[in-house]
Amino acid sequence: MTATVSVTVNGTKYDESDVEPRLLLSDFLRETLGLTGTHVGCEHGVCGACTVLVNGDSVRSCLMLAVQANGAEITTVEGLGTPDVLNELQAQFREHHGLQCGFCTPGMLITGEDLLRKYPLATDDEIREGLSGNLCRCTGYQNIVAAIRSAAAMRAEKTS
Amino acid sequence: MSNDMRAQPSDVVRPRNVGASIKRTEDLRLLTGRGEYSADRKPDRPLHIAFLRSGQPHALIARIDTAVAQASPGVVAVFTAESISGDFKPVIPFSRMANYYATPIMPLASGKVRYVGEAVAAVIATSRYLAEDALELIEVDYEPLGALSRAELAVADDAALLHEEAGTNVLIAREFRKGDVAGDLEAAVVRVGGRFEMTRKAPLAMEPRSYTAEYEKRRDAITLYTSSNIPGIVRDAISESLGLPGHRLRVVAPDVGGSFGSKGSLYPEELLICIAARKLGRSLKWTADRLEDVSSSSQAFAEIVEAEMGFDANGVATSLQADVIGDVGAYSIYPWTCGLEPVQVVSFLPGPYKIGSYRGSVRGVATCKPPTGPYRGVGRPMSTFVAERLMDLGAKALGLDPLEVRRRNLVRPEDFPYRIASGIIWDKTGFLECLDAAAEAANYEQLRIQQADARNHGRLLGIGIASYAELTGIGSRIAVAPGMPINTGSETAKITIDSTGAITAAFGVASHGQGLETTLAQIVADDLGARFEDVRVIQGDSDEVPMSTGTYASRSAVLGGGAAKHASRILQEKIKRVSSHLLEANQDDIEVSEGKAVVLGTDRAVTFKQIAKAVYSDMKTLPVEAREELTATYTYDPINGTTAAATHIAAVEIDPATCFVRILKYVVAEDCGRIINPMIVDGQVHGGVAQGIGAALFEELVYDDDGQLLSASLVDYVIPSAPEVPVVDVVHIESESAVAGGFRGMGEGGTIGAPAAIANAIADALSPLDIEVSILPMTPERIFKLMEQARLKSRGKADE
Ligand code: FES
Ligand code: FES
Repeated sequence: MTATVSVTVNGTKYDESDVEPRLLLSDFLRETLGLTGTHVGCEHGVCGACTVLVNGDSVRSCLMLAVQANGAEITTVEGLGTPDVLNELQAQFREHHGLQCGFCTPGMLITGEDLLRKYPLATDDEIREGLSGNLCRCTGYQNIVAAIRSAAAMRAEKTS
Repeated sequence: MSNDMRAQPSDVVRPRNVGASIKRTEDLRLLTGRGEYSADRKPDRPLHIAFLRSGQPHALIARIDTAVAQASPGVVAVFTAESISGDFKPVIPFSRMANYYATPIMPLASGKVRYVGEAVAAVIATSRYLAEDALELIEVDYEPLGALSRAELAVADDAALLHEEAGTNVLIAREFRKGDVAGDLEAAVVRVGGRFEMTRKAPLAMEPRSYTAEYEKRRDAITLYTSSNIPGIVRDAISESLGLPGHRLRVVAPDVGGSFGSKGSLYPEELLICIAARKLGRSLKWTADRLEDVSSSSQAFAEIVEAEMGFDANGVATSLQADVIGDVGAYSIYPWTCGLEPVQVVSFLPGPYKIGSYRGSVRGVATCKPPTGPYRGVGRPMSTFVAERLMDLGAKALGLDPLEVRRRNLVRPEDFPYRIASGIIWDKTGFLECLDAAAEAANYEQLRIQQADARNHGRLLGIGIASYAELTGIGSRIAVAPGMPINTGSETAKITIDSTGAITAAFGVASHGQGLETTLAQIVADDLGARFEDVRVIQGDSDEVPMSTGTYASRSAVLGGGAAKHASRILQEKIKRVSSHLLEANQDDIEVSEGKAVVLGTDRAVTFKQIAKAVYSDMKTLPVEAREELTATYTYDPINGTTAAATHIAAVEIDPATCFVRILKYVVAEDCGRIINPMIVDGQVHGGVAQGIGAALFEELVYDDDGQLLSASLVDYVIPSAPEVPVVDVVHIESESAVAGGFRGMGEGGTIGAPAAIANAIADALSPLDIEVSILPMTPERIFKLMEQARLKSRGKADE
């Protein structure tokens, strides 16, 4: 038994037939749609590398089935910005050296976007708390926090 | 092969890029989802592998029945040791060390299994889901042989043997001696000692191990994309094992999601995927899931050290002795051997201190666990933990401040080069300078006042110091792992300007987060006279240079950087020769910078593009003999290597109710020589310290007496997340080393200093309760138990 999954990912509409009900959203994005920017670090919902936005909320794509995403609007790291035009948060990650191996980075960026949209992020503690579900083994988090702090400040400036 | 003797007298005339926090080239692709990790490769209709892994710690394989699995939907083949026995030669992790037994590396368990998680059979199917489905259909009959779960038990005379052919479970034994330790300890005014342990740890890179083997029919060739930091070593080993020459086997480490050592050895799965690709004539993919990765990638530490140190009345350490037992797991790894981690503990134990006499002995013992292998810091997190605990115990017994006892014992500027008992030589490095700088940055005296005040209020606040030295950028005089026959002492750079004027710099080193595409380009830009953004660095590809090993042992800035400098200089000379024709000027009057050759003091210039056109494309501009191909290759060998050093200072507070340790302050003062990119150096220190915090407070692979791993998920194996890691202050002491460029290696240091500094801080915090710290990690549970025991003891005393 297979199903058809219709989703909009980064603004592009996809209709995929023959989707097995057990197919994880992370595998659907990476294997079926070829969007390998979303990474899989644990497949049990702890590391946060696979985080994507589903209808505007951050979701662990390894904990969701592709069929559950039917009809949804999804944003992955590929939808944020391009090498020529990085989005604000991506630019701050580069500026502050918020990535080393880059494996956790897609999840960090998507989580960061979600936090920036929903919370004031007035203190570093608040940022660290917000990132507590995303593991990074390279950076010691210091520069990731700095990047998000700086993006938050830029956003606050714009809206004031 | 050549060495420093031929270096130019002034290596960098006017550095523009080296020393600057240039933003990384890698970032643009990694930030936009355009990176390509091994699992992201998309070969044409690949097959997928799933491994059946042993649930038994130690058992004979009596029978494997794969018939039902073979017939399962989507399954193309099922391999066992028997069905591939004619397709490879076992890989032997050879070493010239005496008292060492090299266990052969096989792609699948043959005859018996030796740890839970060892691969027994491989299912190859059209999708990963279908391959995993078929695993359950394979039947294996085991005859259990009894688990060897603890190294101390495995050394007993009547213990079962894991490798019968070895005749013992002690796979490696070694001893270093200098002076009369027994006599000096006898004469010591103060003797301190103890039994110290660091439990088993997972390096835990965020990207699980992953391999894609792409088969090319036309050439009967394989390209292995591997999440490895040693693609060159992997190429050579698989080539030998499969009898496949290098021009039909290319090994590429594309973007790699961290390693920390766990991707720094040859793995059975790398052999198997190449064997399968060749047998089936198909491309294949495999990515470990987290459980597989934790339970089959090389692990760290797992050592117990009984150590003693003697001091004279002036607080000078006169003598040190240690007996180390390392639980090395079931196999010796390739190429480093099972001696790598435990032998380094005794090699480095005296650390940056001038200690009169020394005896260090080590045994590496086989048990039913995954092999231990390289992990960030290799041996030195343990040796530093022991030496720094002993220094603090000594200070306490002598009534000295921990800072003072170190000041009295560190190797002083006038003592360099200083040779320690194991033969390692420290070249001139800022040992004392790091200690002083860390104390100043931490505001040490103020911290002590704060601590006294906190204690008066019953709070448990502690301050810990750790100083260490490491050998980095090791040249050919010392093998990176003891007695190992492969060449780890040199690296090659090949720099080319092609007919379009584009500059490509190829290296054998392999970045997995360190940003080598940026730092090596900084060096090339300066020494060649190019613009940074015009230099493209290729690394991690065995086809690009004739021989390479990879990135490990903090070597790439020193060896890759040294090769880059020399090759750049040679190419720059060629550019000058060609442009002297084009500009009709004397070669000595030409300066190369910013991608142009300029006649000094004039505006006459030619660009690299014009030079390339003249050399390659125009038949008339240059005389034939002046059309030199614009390429230079240089293999650099620093011969000895160079020392890097640091002092870490941590201030912690323990919550007496929850027993959680909070890090209030963390300072690192480090000497990594001339800094290529300060932003990247700081990032390496931050990340290294975070891993050291994990080792000190959280991370432990718990194996029960049946050899079963109890902490295989990221819920049970806890690594630090953002709220647990403090802000780290980094201070740089930039004393230039003697190698090309003045660089020193620095990728590992953070992880070496942090466990010791935090252990000392915890011991200091708990000293009012008379508690010592001798095992890591100090989890809340361990701290709670120690506090309980201390309470009972003091109650007992009060009752007396
Ligand atoms: S891969 Fe989904 S949370 Fe780790
Ligand atoms: S940058 Fe490597 S895991 Fe975060």
